[in-house]
Amino acid sequence: MYQYTALDRQLINERVAQFRDQVRRWKAGELSDEEFRPLRLQNGLYIQRHAPMFRIAVPYGMLNAAQLRKMAHLARTYDRGYGHFTTRHNLQLNWPKIEDVPEMLAELATVDLHAIQTSGNCLRNITTDQFAGVAADEIIDPRPLAEIMRQWTTFHPEFAFLPRKFKIAISGTEEDRAVTWFHDIGLHLKQVDGQVGFTVIVGGGLGRTPIRGEVIRDFLPWQDILSYCEAVLRVYNRYGRRDNAYKARIKILVQALGIDAFREQVEAEWAHGKNGPMTITQAEYDRVAAHFAPPAYASVGAAELPQEKAFLRWVDRNTHAHKVPGYAAVTLSLKKHGIAPGDITAEQMEIVADLADRYSFGELRISHEQNIILADVKQADLYAVWQQASAAGLATPNTGLLTGMICCPGGDFCDLANAKSIPIANAIQARFDDLDYLFDIGEIDLNISGCMNACGHHHVGHIGVLGVDKNDAEFYQVTLGGRQGNNAKLGKVIGPSFSAEEMPDVVEKIIKVYLANRHEDEHFIDTFDRIGLDPFKNLVYEGRAHGKAKSAAQENA
Amino acid sequence: MMAQLIKNGSLTVDTWNSLEIGEGESPETLALPEGDLLFPLAVWLARKNEIIARYPRIGLLLQPADRVEDVAADLHYFQVIAVNFPKFVDGRGYSTAALLRQRYQFAGELRAVGDVLHDQLFFMRRVGFDAYALKDGKSVEAALASAFGTFSQPYQGATDQPLPAFRRNA
Repeated sequence: MYQYTALDRQLINERVAQFRDQVRRWKAGELSDEEFRPLRLQNGLYIQRHAPMFRIAVPYGMLNAAQLRKMAHLARTYDRGYGHFTTRHNLQLNWPKIEDVPEMLAELATVDLHAIQTSGNCLRNITTDQFAGVAADEIIDPRPLAEIMRQWTTFHPEFAFLPRKFKIAISGTEEDRAVTWFHDIGLHLKQVDGQVGFTVIVGGGLGRTPIRGEVIRDFLPWQDILSYCEAVLRVYNRYGRRDNAYKARIKILVQALGIDAFREQVEAEWAHGKNGPMTITQAEYDRVAAHFAPPAYASVGAAELPQEKAFLRWVDRNTHAHKVPGYAAVTLSLKKHGIAPGDITAEQMEIVADLADRYSFGELRISHEQNIILADVKQADLYAVWQQASAAGLATPNTGLLTGMICCPGGDFCDLANAKSIPIANAIQARFDDLDYLFDIGEIDLNISGCMNACGHHHVGHIGVLGVDKNDAEFYQVTLGGRQGNNAKLGKVIGPSFSAEEMPDVVEKIIKVYLANRHEDEHFIDTFDRIGLDPFKNLVYEGRAHGKAKSAAQENA
Repeated sequence: MMAQLIKNGSLTVDTWNSLEIGEGESPETLALPEGDLLFPLAVWLARKNEIIARYPRIGLLLQPADRVEDVAADLHYFQVIAVNFPKFVDGRGYSTAALLRQRYQFAGELRAVGDVLHDQLFFMRRVGFDAYALKDGKSVEAALASAFGTFSQPYQGATDQPLPAFRRNA
């Protein structure tokens, strides 16, 4: 993975000194709360329900063992001994003290970690595919360009105070695993006539107004990506709405102008920056790409795996095809039933760091599904990894299955949330605690968000659950048919929302409809596409008063 | 107008006044006082010839939504262009400054006015401002001591240093 240069290290140390001084001036009353707010946000510090929440960046999902050990140390020393991995390659700590954060940043800087621009209305962490560099379906490794873009976004002077946050995702594989259709800018690396470049998608996003992005440029040579993004951002910075935070994302500007008019503005702007100094040089690409050269793989063939049912189940769900014969990528599941999805204790972080050192060249990745990946494990080592991961509660074989769900921290922690999400996740996991049943149901994405900000990506879950607030009570709206990937689309609302207690039943009924209707080898989403929303709706709302009958019942109650 | 104008690395005496369009006044009919004035864009566009004839030194005041393109051909008339930041979180002025310097080669004084705070000065300098009307009540000494040198060198190109790190250090 990328190794910091003297400049990279100097800049994050200068950032620590800057924030230390900002906290000092804020405590001394030299900075008002309002003036301090964007400064702390751009260092990952939110004020939350119980305490500040501190968000550490994991640029494009890559970590080494020493970095994860440092995170464990921070969780133990400054927090309550655990952290939460988010859907955008960040680790969140829920209970730090603001006064401790400069010291936490200083500790992070010793292992080349930081919290730069992990929140606030600025250029955020760039995300990509957790299998970058090893995926069997990879066209081009996105990491060198992600690192070059990380540097470009860092302290960009013109775009530090955008109308709203700005998220970029890059995918380099046949099948998009980086949710690129739902980012402010989504990039698909591809090769056309021997030339490497991007399809550029703009104006996607989830949140309150979910919109699938639109292609603004079918092919952009890789050398031009910084100058082109600057053109997009300059148009957005100048003309994006600032009167209403809910209408301030670039997607609203793109929709208001229409993609063609927006494209014209960007192209007119880009005409000035194109071929300018921000054009990436081959030398720079080569310098950065050298850091992502393949590790020293052993020449081994495919290994014989022990025929043990529990192990094979884990292999089936939690290991993934690898470019190199005899190797596999492993998902360490942070979706153990009964635990908040994405949560990890300090002890588990240390165990994962040890596993990475022992079996995967000392490196690991964070996936947007909130799991940890060991990308380069010998197949011959899988059994040992499974045993150790199992002992640490990191081997629930539910990746891609119903209980391997994505879930935001929700109303238990987050100030924005309308409703709790973790108890819903746990209640569904408890209902579907039988592995045979889970395997029989097969691949299905269940995504839960505690509010319309959609950190749990509910819109693109096959089953999406959204927490809503109705007269100060928590309810849950269910969508079906959403999906990520190349054919990403938004789910459809099934009908009126449900109480928390109803949710396990609702999910179970949805699953029953699928099981009763599926053709052999049909996944949930295929059956849904074939039979549509109605059969699901009919069973879920069967016997339930709605419309006039419901109003009458409420009046009589 | 501002008590605290930072220019050339020190506190400077400011001779310029912003012309305000008051209630019930229009750019076309507003009375123009004597002295060094920063004219709102609308006044400049409405009364360019009159202003050129009458004032030996001319300043322009741009608001966040004002388009640089609308004065691109006039820039040589201005000794000073002030870019207003009504709220420091409104970042449009950074693009305004970048355009004035990078695209239209404005060479006069480019001044940040309004909600101009210590922690934004580094970015302001990078996009091309060279004068800063620090908000009243904020410490000029602290700003001069540390705000402009927060980071030793930038990654990306901007007005002050058009070459990104990967070209400078190549």
